[in-house]
Amino acid sequence: MPKVKIPRKSTLIDMTAMVDMGFLLVTFFMLATKFKPEDPVEVDTPSSSYTEVNDDKDIIMITVSKDGRVFFGMDNQGHMAEILERVVQGAHGYKVTAEDKKIFAKQSTIGVPIANMQQWLALPTEEQKNQPGIPTDSLGGELYEWIFNARRLNPKGRILIKADGETNYPVIKNVINVLANEKMKAFKFNLVTDLEESRMK
Amino acid sequence: MSEIDTSGGGGKHKGKKRGKKLSTRIDMTPMVDLAFLLVTFFMLATTLSKPSAMPVTMPDPTDIPKDQQNKAAASKALTLILGKDNKIFVYRYFLDKKPEVEETTFGEKNIRKLLLDKKAEITADFVPNVKDQSPIVLIKPTRDSKYKNMVDILDEMKVTNLKRFVVVDITKADLDYLTQKGLY
Repeated sequence: MPKVKIPRKSTLIDMTAMVDMGFLLVTFFMLATKFKPEDPVEVDTPSSSYTEVNDDKDIIMITVSKDGRVFFGMDNQGHMAEILERVVQGAHGYKVTAEDKKIFAKQSTIGVPIANMQQWLALPTEEQKNQPGIPTDSLGGELYEWIFNARRLNPKGRILIKADGETNYPVIKNVINVLANEKMKAFKFNLVTDLEESRMK
Repeated sequence: MSEIDTSGGGGKHKGKKRGKKLSTRIDMTPMVDLAFLLVTFFMLATTLSKPSAMPVTMPDPTDIPKDQQNKAAASKALTLILGKDNKIFVYRYFLDKKPEVEETTFGEKNIRKLLLDKKAEITADFVPNVKDQSPIVLIKPTRDSKYKNMVDILDEMKVTNLKRFVVVDITKADLDYLTQKGLY
């Protein structure tokens, strides 16, 4: 009996098409997405049926975490550096240096009490993630200072509240009270929400 | 499997030296690897969707003259109290009329249906000398409610097309009334 010969086929395949597709996807993701902003906290925003999307420019962002910590942020790095000087300078006898401003410009969100700012700025970068939140009370507290100066710096700035769905209402009420009072007169603001997948619950 | 195919050029030719004909095929495996590594990186490190924003306008307390503040027609008022565990307490009129309080929760079959019913009921309840016959919804979140509840109810306002609504602080009278009814 003759031996059955299995024809040897080359295992080499033409991968040109695969490469094409791979780089097409790379290009798509590079162009269509933007990098996730580094938040010191995870915030799971509630969903709504509103479809108007945020502009990325001229944003004054108030982030509220699940445990009720309040953070402040602006989209413009120059503004972030400037606001440090405006808010912290003079308070508690602390003089802001150019180095401090550089650190601040890198932050997208800040949640440090003014009294602890000097200590916090001196921390190594990894430990700066740990932020206790901006003190807020029904009269505004330090959050008032931040927002007041932010609106002076960028009069076009739109105020966005990005809060976790599980945040207790009194925290949000405090934040809203800071905005919508006779001193601030920021009666119009936006609540950041996710597009809902389904409303059934 | 993954080696550059350099064969070709045919058999041996003695005598004349010919330049070896090189194949133009190259092994693309590392290139594919790299491409997909980049795809994975961009997929994980970036965000695709921009979050949407819900515009909110709070009333300016200095805008309204003090004496007109509480003059909203009682029969047009609908109060929603957001309680603990996603509960909603709904009543019409003001407390001096000792209104019935209905308890409901979020969802299409619950609060939305109730809101649509109430809207029809209130709009039909004609009040003379009032331009707008639509209901005025007072949203009062309690301290036990979550932020999500507020966003959900504002969303319901949009869905049920209730244009006149306001988020106000809950009063002690409201809480006492609910306690008295054994609901809170």
